[in-house]
Amino acid sequence: MTDDTIKERIRTFLFKHIKDNELSNDENLFASGLLNSLFAMQLVMFTEKEFQVKVENEDLDLKNFSTINAIDEFVRRKL
Amino acid sequence: MEENKVKCLVWDLDNTLWDGTLLEGDDVELKQNNIHIIKTLDSRGILQSIASKNDYTKAMEKLHDLGLENYFLYPQISWNSKSHSIKRIADSFNIGIDSIAFIDDQPFEREEVKFTHPDVLCIDENNRDCLLDMPEMNPRFITEDSKIRRLMYLSDIERNKQETEFVGPTEEFLASLGMKLTISEAKEDDLQRAEELTVRTHQLNTTGYTYSYDELNFFRCSKEHLLLVASLIDRYGTYGKIGLVLVECSIECWNIKLLLMSCRVMSRGVGGVLITHLRNQAKNAGVRLQSEMISNDRNRMMYMTYKFSNFVEKKKKGDLVIFENDLTNIPGFPEYMKVATEHCSE
Repeated sequence: MTDDTIKERIRTFLFKHIKDNELSNDENLFASGLLNSLFAMQLVMFTEKEFQVKVENEDLDLKNFSTINAIDEFVRRKL
Repeated sequence: MEENKVKCLVWDLDNTLWDGTLLEGDDVELKQNNIHIIKTLDSRGILQSIASKNDYTKAMEKLHDLGLENYFLYPQISWNSKSHSIKRIADSFNIGIDSIAFIDDQPFEREEVKFTHPDVLCIDENNRDCLLDMPEMNPRFITEDSKIRRLMYLSDIERNKQETEFVGPTEEFLASLGMKLTISEAKEDDLQRAEELTVRTHQLNTTGYTYSYDELNFFRCSKEHLLLVASLIDRYGTYGKIGLVLVECSIECWNIKLLLMSCRVMSRGVGGVLITHLRNQAKNAGVRLQSEMISNDRNRMMYMTYKFSNFVEKKKKGDLVIFENDLTNIPGFPEYMKVATEHCSE
């Protein structure tokens, strides 16, 4: 799986939840008020299912999920 | 505290609900007393469904003629194994398989279910007359919420249908519901429902501590405790009282002992809103805010809710985690939910 396909799959998921089509890879999804903690949980469950990785308790940190780049890095670390 | 109360009774049809076999052309008639059983269980807040190997359309027509179709939610009428049907019912209600009972006249079907789901209470149709007296069929309290539980599930089914068909961001769907959450200090007549929530709620429950009516009444009156109840309504109707919070309040620190909500409000963001409310309250009171969390294989959502509300692990003792929140960066309530808070007058 290349770098870009992971990001693209995350982006596709994000667009189901937010309307901002201009989302950049390093834009903070939570700081901008786009998303809340309910969404954070859906994002975790999406990540586990889509990429078949296990998110452990210690991984449950907004830092791992705050930007497209961060999620991408996280997934590649876990794969 | 008894935990193995039945939340849902699953009925077989031929020779259990009614005498005779529908597809063999029998003019089937309800067995004596079944109407009474169904209506009594319903008034106790026990949900009912069907697992029958039958023709779906014919069976539903018959249930309609008998005036019973609305008593059975998520009926599974097909040629699938009954263990499969029962799993689907549990998943549809979002309840544990161990809270299901199944009544059937055929030993084969009961054995098949028991083999796959040893925790399902299987009842021989011959024992039908004792059913209402079984302790598992007798909840300790019948609350306002339990009396209308089936109707609340019927509105859930309508909501879920809308949710599946809704095209667009989740937030937009949530906004379309017009939800209003009311958070209030528990009153005496909330306590039965509060006890019921501590016993019935497993998935969205931070610690799983159960409290008796008397203990809850003590907390309600105690100056060192805060006992909150949350109720939710939206344009489809009421969800009833769906949330409970117990906070131990010392002079310099509040400790959230228990935070739970009914699984019917999963994915509505209620947990996050309750936590935001507590963070605001603790900040106003000038105290630190801690919470206890006991993780198990079912309540991971609550662990996530704490983590994503900026709670940090402070201490760990076996399964018990003590979180602390630094009370900075407290978000507002989400736009899709109106939040009202009520305080008891002293």
